[in-house]
Amino acid sequence: MVSPGQRQRHLDLGTGGGRGCEGASSGAVCLCLCRCPRPCGGGRVSPTELCTRCLEQVKRTGFLNAFVTVTEEQALRQASEAERRFLEGRSLTASPLTHRDRSPPPGKPRGPLDGIPFSVKDNFCTENIETTCASHMLKGYFPPYTATVVQKLLDQGAVLIGKTNLDEFAMGAGSTDGVFGPVRNPWSYSAQYRERPGVDPRSDWVITGGSSGGSAAAVASLGSFLALGSDSGGSTRNPGALCGLVALKPTYGLLSRHGLIPLVNSMDVPGILVRSADDAATALGVLRGLDVRDSTTIPPPAAPPHLPDDIDIARIRVGIPKEYHAPGLSAETLCQWGRVADLLERGGASVEQVSLPHTQHSIVCYHVLCTAEVASNMARFDGLQYGHRSEVNDSTEALYAATCHEGFNDVVRRRILAGNYFLLKRNYERYFMKAQKVRRLIAQDFARVFRDGVDVLLTPTTLGDAVRYCDFIQEDNRTRSAQEDVFTQPVNMAGLPAVTVPTALSSRGLPISLQLIGRASHDWQLLGVAKWLEQRLEFPAIQLPQDVSQAEREAGVPGRVRTSVL
Amino acid sequence: CAAGETGSSRVRASPQLVGVVGLEIHAQIYASTKLFSSSQVCFSSPPNSSVSFFDAALPGTLPVLNRRCVEAAVMTGLALGCTINKRSLFDRKHYFYADLPAGYQITQQRLPIAVGGRLSYSHLVGRKRNQVVDKNVRIKQIQLEQDSGKSLHDSYRSQTLIDLNRAGVGLMELVLEPDMSCGEEAAAAVRELQLILQALGTCQGNMSEGQLRVDANVSVHRPGEPLGVRTEVKNINSARFLARAIDYELQRQMAVVEGGGTVLNETRAFDFKSGQTVPMRDKEGLQDYRFMPEPNLPPLILYERETVPAHTDPRQVVLVDQLQEQLPELPRVTRDRLVTTYGILPEHSFTLVNEDGLVDYFVGVVQQTRAEPKKVIGWVLNDLLGLLKQQCLTVSQSPVSPNALAELLDLLEAGSISSPAAKLVLQELWKGSGKSAKHIVEEQGLGLMRDRSEIQQVCRRVIDSHPDEVSALRAGNKNVLNKLIGQVRKQTKGRADPQLVRAILEEELSRPPFHGETT
Repeated sequence: MVSPGQRQRHLDLGTGGGRGCEGASSGAVCLCLCRCPRPCGGGRVSPTELCTRCLEQVKRTGFLNAFVTVTEEQALRQASEAERRFLEGRSLTASPLTHRDRSPPPGKPRGPLDGIPFSVKDNFCTENIETTCASHMLKGYFPPYTATVVQKLLDQGAVLIGKTNLDEFAMGAGSTDGVFGPVRNPWSYSAQYRERPGVDPRSDWVITGGSSGGSAAAVASLGSFLALGSDSGGSTRNPGALCGLVALKPTYGLLSRHGLIPLVNSMDVPGILVRSADDAATALGVLRGLDVRDSTTIPPPAAPPHLPDDIDIARIRVGIPKEYHAPGLSAETLCQWGRVADLLERGGASVEQVSLPHTQHSIVCYHVLCTAEVASNMARFDGLQYGHRSEVNDSTEALYAATCHEGFNDVVRRRILAGNYFLLKRNYERYFMKAQKVRRLIAQDFARVFRDGVDVLLTPTTLGDAVRYCDFIQEDNRTRSAQEDVFTQPVNMAGLPAVTVPTALSSRGLPISLQLIGRASHDWQLLGVAKWLEQRLEFPAIQLPQDVSQAEREAGVPGRVRTSVL
Repeated sequence: CAAGETGSSRVRASPQLVGVVGLEIHAQIYASTKLFSSSQVCFSSPPNSSVSFFDAALPGTLPVLNRRCVEAAVMTGLALGCTINKRSLFDRKHYFYADLPAGYQITQQRLPIAVGGRLSYSHLVGRKRNQVVDKNVRIKQIQLEQDSGKSLHDSYRSQTLIDLNRAGVGLMELVLEPDMSCGEEAAAAVRELQLILQALGTCQGNMSEGQLRVDANVSVHRPGEPLGVRTEVKNINSARFLARAIDYELQRQMAVVEGGGTVLNETRAFDFKSGQTVPMRDKEGLQDYRFMPEPNLPPLILYERETVPAHTDPRQVVLVDQLQEQLPELPRVTRDRLVTTYGILPEHSFTLVNEDGLVDYFVGVVQQTRAEPKKVIGWVLNDLLGLLKQQCLTVSQSPVSPNALAELLDLLEAGSISSPAAKLVLQELWKGSGKSAKHIVEEQGLGLMRDRSEIQQVCRRVIDSHPDEVSALRAGNKNVLNKLIGQVRKQTKGRADPQLVRAILEEELSRPPFHGETT
């Protein structure tokens, strides 16, 4: 096992002459939002420069296949607007602000995310920007509206860099099953991974995990500061963990799902992929809130504007669920689990073993409930109003059948088939009802543990570090999803918040992460603990080569980055 | 049409077999916007002009429940004596159809908003249709659900065109238990429901515009035996056709059973031209709707004033007790009130209540005239309603206001005009010249002839010019007197008091003749 590298928050983006942020060495840009470029000058980076650098980085790392669409023109326009606000804001600081509109006047920075480049998984609708779900079915689909969470970021002045790659309709745990091809984990090209004996860069690249792999890769490869993913069974946390990020699955209902093309409505949440717990808290503060367009949103709890720099860890009770010692858990992950539990205990937290007896049944129930909702949600893709439409038009039924066959990949079609089977009248009680009952038991397990006084649960996020693509595809999507989601989906079943935190690099030089699970609506407490850990774990920053083009050549794939028409 | 009454004259009399009829009624909720979206609801707007992103099932859109639709369902449930479920759930019902863009309909299959009510209705029987028979039908449930869009088949171009204006409009599905036995009963129940919904303002109830759509579940069996296999009859767009469709179907099934055959469980469409039901192309067959809870809508919770949690946004709350208090007078109560307050016949109360606005009109006239309500009802139901029907007008479009009619009836009551003259005045008023009844009477000299000698003169003239009739009369043929009265009325334009005319004529004729009756 690799001992954690020296803590390094400021990374070279590979562009000369950049001005670092406060306290940073020259030529470096701070990669955490918390200390990110504010107004120009004072040694900080301007929004335009920041945007340009991110776009350059996206192009340089195009071979990762992280993006489906890069919205370069729009990004640059937004960045220049942000820049104008910063410039005007400086000269206008004396004038009192009288407006109280949703969007402040142009002459004032809009908040902590103004001018910050971000990316969005391509299953969030973005007005007039192609939204594909990495499926033939939605190729060429330009939604007429923008998802609430994306709009909130835009309203804050954040700069949309592009739409990121995923498994088709977010069905997968590898980001390998989309119509645009697999996403490559940026760590595959890091010094930490490649400078090890026996690694063949052409074939040994590892997966990002999924399904929000493009979003994870975008943030991990320094192409964005923040990315939105979606998390139905672990789709944000899984790639977050394998890419060494802080990835938050908020409490169900805390963030609006309006405009998120659904996988499992009763479990989906927009997820946040960032490089620090502070960033997650900042993004959560902006994104949370009731949305009249989503009836399942909940009134947000009062939240601090910032996470405290040092929480009183002695007041935290940490539960270690014994059922999470699952078969297939890697020795290194187990080791990290123990290390972090010890760290918490040494810090004064009380750490105790707890039991979640029904968790073992969770993945099976998840499969039933997920496929059932998938079968229902996919029924609208009939080719009549939008999306792919087959040439077959012998009858309406024939058109439907051919459209679905041509539009969806095997994974989606299999889930539709399975889901419809579970929903048949004769099967409903035996599968769907039973799965719902067990779902309730799973939620009650969590509720009991939290009622007994536990504040957070500490578990692995994944069985191990990232798998090589060539190994990953030896098993089918269903098997992989069942393996990969084993630690993550119980949280979705219960609607709880969970965050994954990178703890160390494995012996292969790849991130290992652990998951913290909190009480419903206690997302900030959870992030507080995550921050406490982050401060002590000293997880190393990714070391991408200066000349990424070499990596690209070695990868042997052309960059498949498209630029949106906007 | 209970055993051997009116209905069985249509439904071929079979000593054993009886009809069993249940109804599924879809009532479009009268609301300005749809059940789960903010697009406008209006009949006959241009195709696809009222379609939100949600209505078109664009990916990522979510349903947002329309409070007005919930209130309408609660009011309807309360009016029908249902138990209102304080917690109800929404489900998805899946089927593929081009005008169902999401591939499923959101409905309330497991736990509907209202259950277990009763619809009391009456229908008129007897040769003169003046015997009121009271009946009840149990209401199984009322559920909220979405309407579908419309498919327009263009067979010429072999195209199907989709109009989504109706997609997502709020419906109340009312399930009426099979407590009816013939078309007449079903039609009477539907008419009563129509009146209730209109009184509540929860549905406009126009069947021809599809605001109220009725499917009938029809079967036959021998009393005491299990129910027979039922068919579902669709495509019925008026109460009259409902009765005909059901009676045809009952007759058909009885013939099948009596002929030793078996009734198929199928969906049949009513063809109003032929008056028959015909099997529909079987898209229902073994349809499995794969019901599933709607995950995007939390349970619908209703409150009473006492049970509302603190700090709840009042805009987010529907209070059952408050709606109960706001319920308007229901048609049955209105009819009873009319009969007891005004002493009119029960069958007249039905006619009054059946016509939108006529009760208020009648009461308006009664309050402003000295004429007895029993007299007023005749004028309102026969004369006014007759004119309205003739010209296809609604009560609110009547050119004669209750006030004007009241004034006319006052003139009649005071003996200022005769009844036939009053009818002439009504004709004048109907033209809408703006003149009052009194003015018309004066202008046209329609006032009652009060001068006895004047009437006497006319009578004498009539007697003189009708010698044959006079002889016949004197010979004992009393009926001929009416002819002479008619002649007098004609010559006085109906202004002479008929009683007085009769008296004078009798008096004149009883006198011995003055001259030359020699032959």
